[in-house]
Amino acid sequence: MAATTSEVRKQRAQIGVRTLRGDRWWLAPLGTFAGLTAWLLYALIRTATQSNYWVDGYNYLSPFSSPCVSASCAEGARHFGTWLPEFPPLIPLGILVLPFLLGFRLTCYYYRKAYYRSFWLSPPACAVAEPHSKYTGETRFPLIAQNLHRYFFYAALVVSLINTYDAVYAFFGKNGFQMGLGNLILLGNVIMLWAYTLSCHSCRHITAGRLNHFSRHPLRYRMWTWISKLNAKHMQLAWITLGTLALTDAYIGLVAADVLPDLRFFN
Amino acid sequence: MTEIERHSYDVVVIGAGGAGLRAAIEARQQGKRTAVVCKSLFGKAHTVMAEGGAAAAMGNVNPSDNWQVHFRDTMRGGKFLNNWRMAELHAQEAPDRVWELEAWGALFDRTKDGKISQRNFGGHEYPRLAHVGDRTGLELIRTLQQRVVALQQEDDKLHGDPEAYIKVFQECTVTRLLKDGDAIAGAFGYWRETGNFICFEAPAVVLATGGIGKSYVVTSNSWEYTGDGHALALMAGAGLINMEFIQFHPTGMVWPPSVRGILVTESVRGDGGVLRNSEGKRFMFEYVPDVFKDKYATTEEEADRWYTDQANNRRPPELLPRDEVARAINSEVKAGRGTPHGGVYLDVSTRMPAEEIVRRLPSMHHQFKELADVDITREPMEVGPTCHYIMGGVEVDADTGAASVPGLFAAGEVSGGMHGSNRLGGNSLSDLLVFGRRAGAGAAAYVDGLTARPKAPEEAVRQAEAEALAPLEREGGENPYTVHHELQQTMNDLVGIIRKADEISEALGAIEKLKERAGVTGAAGGRIYNPGWHLAIDLRNMLLVSECVAKAALLREESRGGHTRDDFPGMSPEWRRKLLVCRLDGSTVNIEEKVQPSMRDDLITLFERDELKKYLTEAELSEYDALVEKEA
Amino acid sequence: MGYKAKFRVWRGEGGDGRLEDFTVEVNEGEVVLDVLHRLQATQTPDLAVRWNCKAGKCGSCSMEINGKPRLGCMTRMSTFTEDETVTVTPLRTFPVIKDLVTDVSFNYQKAREVPSFTPPAGVKPGEYRMKQVDVERSQEFRKCIECFLCNNVCHVIRDHEENKPNFSGPRFLMRIAELDMHPYDVADRKQAAQDQHGLGYCNITKCCTEVCPEHIKITDNALIPLKERVVDRRYDPLVWLGDKIFRRRSEKTS
Ligand SMILES: Cc1cc2nc3c(=O)[nH]c(=O)nc-3n(C[C@H](O)[C@H](O)[C@H](O)COP(=O)(O)OP(=O)(O)OC[C@H]3O[C@@H](n4cnc5c(N)ncnc54)[C@H](O)[C@@H]3O)c2cc1C
Ligand code: SF4
Ligand code: SF4
Ligand code: FES
Ligand code: FES
Repeated sequence: MAATTSEVRKQRAQIGVRTLRGDRWWLAPLGTFAGLTAWLLYALIRTATQSNYWVDGYNYLSPFSSPCVSASCAEGARHFGTWLPEFPPLIPLGILVLPFLLGFRLTCYYYRKAYYRSFWLSPPACAVAEPHSKYTGETRFPLIAQNLHRYFFYAALVVSLINTYDAVYAFFGKNGFQMGLGNLILLGNVIMLWAYTLSCHSCRHITAGRLNHFSRHPLRYRMWTWISKLNAKHMQLAWITLGTLALTDAYIGLVAADVLPDLRFFN
Repeated sequence: MTEIERHSYDVVVIGAGGAGLRAAIEARQQGKRTAVVCKSLFGKAHTVMAEGGAAAAMGNVNPSDNWQVHFRDTMRGGKFLNNWRMAELHAQEAPDRVWELEAWGALFDRTKDGKISQRNFGGHEYPRLAHVGDRTGLELIRTLQQRVVALQQEDDKLHGDPEAYIKVFQECTVTRLLKDGDAIAGAFGYWRETGNFICFEAPAVVLATGGIGKSYVVTSNSWEYTGDGHALALMAGAGLINMEFIQFHPTGMVWPPSVRGILVTESVRGDGGVLRNSEGKRFMFEYVPDVFKDKYATTEEEADRWYTDQANNRRPPELLPRDEVARAINSEVKAGRGTPHGGVYLDVSTRMPAEEIVRRLPSMHHQFKELADVDITREPMEVGPTCHYIMGGVEVDADTGAASVPGLFAAGEVSGGMHGSNRLGGNSLSDLLVFGRRAGAGAAAYVDGLTARPKAPEEAVRQAEAEALAPLEREGGENPYTVHHELQQTMNDLVGIIRKADEISEALGAIEKLKERAGVTGAAGGRIYNPGWHLAIDLRNMLLVSECVAKAALLREESRGGHTRDDFPGMSPEWRRKLLVCRLDGSTVNIEEKVQPSMRDDLITLFERDELKKYLTEAELSEYDALVEKEA
Repeated sequence: MGYKAKFRVWRGEGGDGRLEDFTVEVNEGEVVLDVLHRLQATQTPDLAVRWNCKAGKCGSCSMEINGKPRLGCMTRMSTFTEDETVTVTPLRTFPVIKDLVTDVSFNYQKAREVPSFTPPAGVKPGEYRMKQVDVERSQEFRKCIECFLCNNVCHVIRDHEENKPNFSGPRFLMRIAELDMHPYDVADRKQAAQDQHGLGYCNITKCCTEVCPEHIKITDNALIPLKERVVDRRYDPLVWLGDKIFRRRSEKTS
């Protein structure tokens, strides 16, 4: 295309600095780093202590410990039954699904962006050079496994169902229907979890993104447009659900520890 | 003296816009080794900026449309000065050319039943413009570009070399055509990137270099439009016709100053936008000329109804041909009813919901938001006329695109005749496709008919080289940017939208002086990508073309389409029979008159007598009467 | 309304060069490209810069302004304060020819490596019937003006020259997505997207989307869906099994 006989030396502009960006480009990755680290630490501590995850009578079960199916779980929390023997200390009670949830979020297209940028600095921000000398992206093991996201999505659907069950279950106590602030928090959390899960890129693909003729599948197309709208908010939902998860767990923790009385509306 | 890079091809196409690419594709499909040369990167030619659409009577939206209607609209738009054979071929072949693009991967907007959607445009009786939002030109050029790539992939499979049969020479400017005796023998140019020279040996050259807008200050055209093809043809001995006809698009941006002239697509009006003066009045109703009286609405109510019911209402006067609208805006501003920045208001914000505006006119929304800080969904735009298109160009044979010089072909904006004195919106993109293809085929056939390959004399190559190097070698010459700017201002002020004999003469005087100054411009810096040097070379072309425009404008003593003489405001049937042909004699332009051939019988009878009598001479009318009688 | 602005422009040929300081007049409503043109007309006639349309339509005037990849003609001076120094450099990912002009032939090379539109045999021009909803996704990608800012900013090649042979960049991965979603295209592009065009290199960090002047959602609408389509073909155990058993010929989703 260009002059083949060109005698101009061809190389990139030799600009010594890593970036000429003068704005505070490091702010966003730093914020992400801090936010994700803080959340992980919180989740680790809360799950490893195996305590204050259940409010008897109100039937509040923290999403971190759901489904609670080990003999270590409080009697009432075992509404799915007791499938596993007692856990040694430090093992999260929700261990059965936590790997899937973690896998779902770790392979999520948004979180990938977030941690590649903020933890791995690859790249830290646009037009800022990354510190690594080699880069192969998601072409080989282990990162090629990111392609399994869709299977984690299927698993996440099941977990969302479990969480929904938990939230609904909490409305029915010994005296029938009941409701407190905790119920609303659980419910809000579940709604957000669904929004996040359904806004998943894999979900968008499966509903109709994989088709080439939307017009032949009007129903799936309608779903696709709807999910596409949610999908545009996927990043926000990713953060919101981190927030609602932590908030739900913290609230239940405080009520369970008797630090805070639950605000009751009904029964 | 440096070594000159040399290449041998069957066909060299100069220009990689719609016309050039279509010509090259055709030549390659006919088995010719083809080179495409362009000044910018591949895919950036001016065609990329076309917004509204490509006119083709496919009848997808209104089945009453057919080539005859399109032909009539085109002739009417051009005020019957068009080369009727070109207008005929254009109307007949445009649909096939558009469909072909689709088979090459273009994705036009669709109708409900899945066909190519078509939109209304000024001067077109039915919705006729195939479009993609307001970026049709981009779709067109990208599709052709990708078609070239597809052919290269084919060649790669067959011959192991993608560039075996079609190669793009990008950022390469042609400065001279080379001849062997009377016939074309090749082209000479330089690589912008290195400043090195390149020489093509080829028996056929297709000019597809686009227009001349850079001779004006206020223009929708880019730096590429320095009239190179027009000048190359002149210098090679070909004639240019209709050079006095320049289309001033009625709606260019007027503010801020740095974007003055940038186009506001006609689709804004086609989709419901209205023009108002500073008093809030829809002034276009007062400017409907007699020839169009029965085709346009007389009240705002009727005009508004038309958008939803076109069968029973006449169209709004905002959709008159461009020359009429441009003149109307010009008069309003002159009468003191203009906007603060010297334009008029073009408003869609009160006509459509914001969402609809963004969907239908995305690039306009973007353009105003980014460049003028105006949100067109809330406020009106300020617009005024801008130099947009030259109807004139190389005189060619309608069927083959051949110019009078053997081996020289032209297509697209650089060719003349098709659009008469005024081009309808959307007729250019289809023109590029129809005549690009024909010129490519014409060149291929010409090459087939040759018995020996012409050879350019070495001396001509050396001369071209010396000419190109001159500005670099002049120490402390005049700044080419200054000369260029003065030329633009001169043409804008003196040979602009409204012309007067004394002003044109003044312009001609100024051009003479500028020619001298252009001869002594110097370019600082080296040969590698030096825009100052490139401009210095281009000045020659702009000056030649400006001279053609001014001289022809001075001679034509009437007002018609893109040529308005303040001192001769009427349209004259006698002048309709005359074409002005510019030729180069030494270094000055001479003009000859030529008779415009009469329309073929079956074509002229497509029109009503009532309409023809506004354009034709008495003699022509009686011929028409005789014809009609014979048929009856 | 005018003021004198401080500009630093990278000037040089080949890779060698330096940032040069200029003081230049700026008027109301101007964009960076206008100021560069003023520099050309008044101080540095041979300053090399590409441009055509001056309206963000052709994608010629790509450059880096204060370190950010941008179109010069769409960067208004009013986005800077009057005492801010505006630094203009050429695209970093491609070799420099001179000043702000880079050799972008990498992109044309990659364009040629994407197999072109392949309609089924037997459909004649004029017979195509496509619904608007079926073409809309590809239409978004066809808004691309080929400014190559996305390929320039993508760290896969910006920071790793050695990846260039294996990676087509977001622009051309998006082209593959465009064709793969075309209702009439019958070629199988998924294997090639991964194997030849390096889709796997993309770690969806979205810089391409951030810089695209056409606001195309490259990552969300082209790259991720393409990754998902690749998963369909390559990482879906059921499909994989089916391929093994029936040695199924490549075929597109309906
Ligand atoms: C803003 C705008 C909007 C428009 N909208 C529409 C519309 O909606 N509908 C419509 O029908 N028309 C429209 N037009 C008109 C139409 O776009 C042009 O007339 C048409 O694109 C011209 O195409 P072309 O192939 O003749 O030349 P171009 O596309 O202009 O290509 C010219 C080519 O020639 C090359 N070239 C020039 N000189 C040389 C040289 N010396 N050496 C080598 N190469 C050279 C250039 O590099 C370029 O590649 C519009 C025009 C503008 C400016
Ligand atoms: S999202 Fe992928 S293609 Fe886009 S810039 Fe990031 S790594 Fe490159
Ligand atoms: S996708 Fe956007 S950024 Fe990339 S080349 Fe196209 S227009 Fe430019
Ligand atoms: S959950 Fe984020 S993309 Fe699937
Ligand atoms: S000049 Fe065309 S995009 Fe800037």
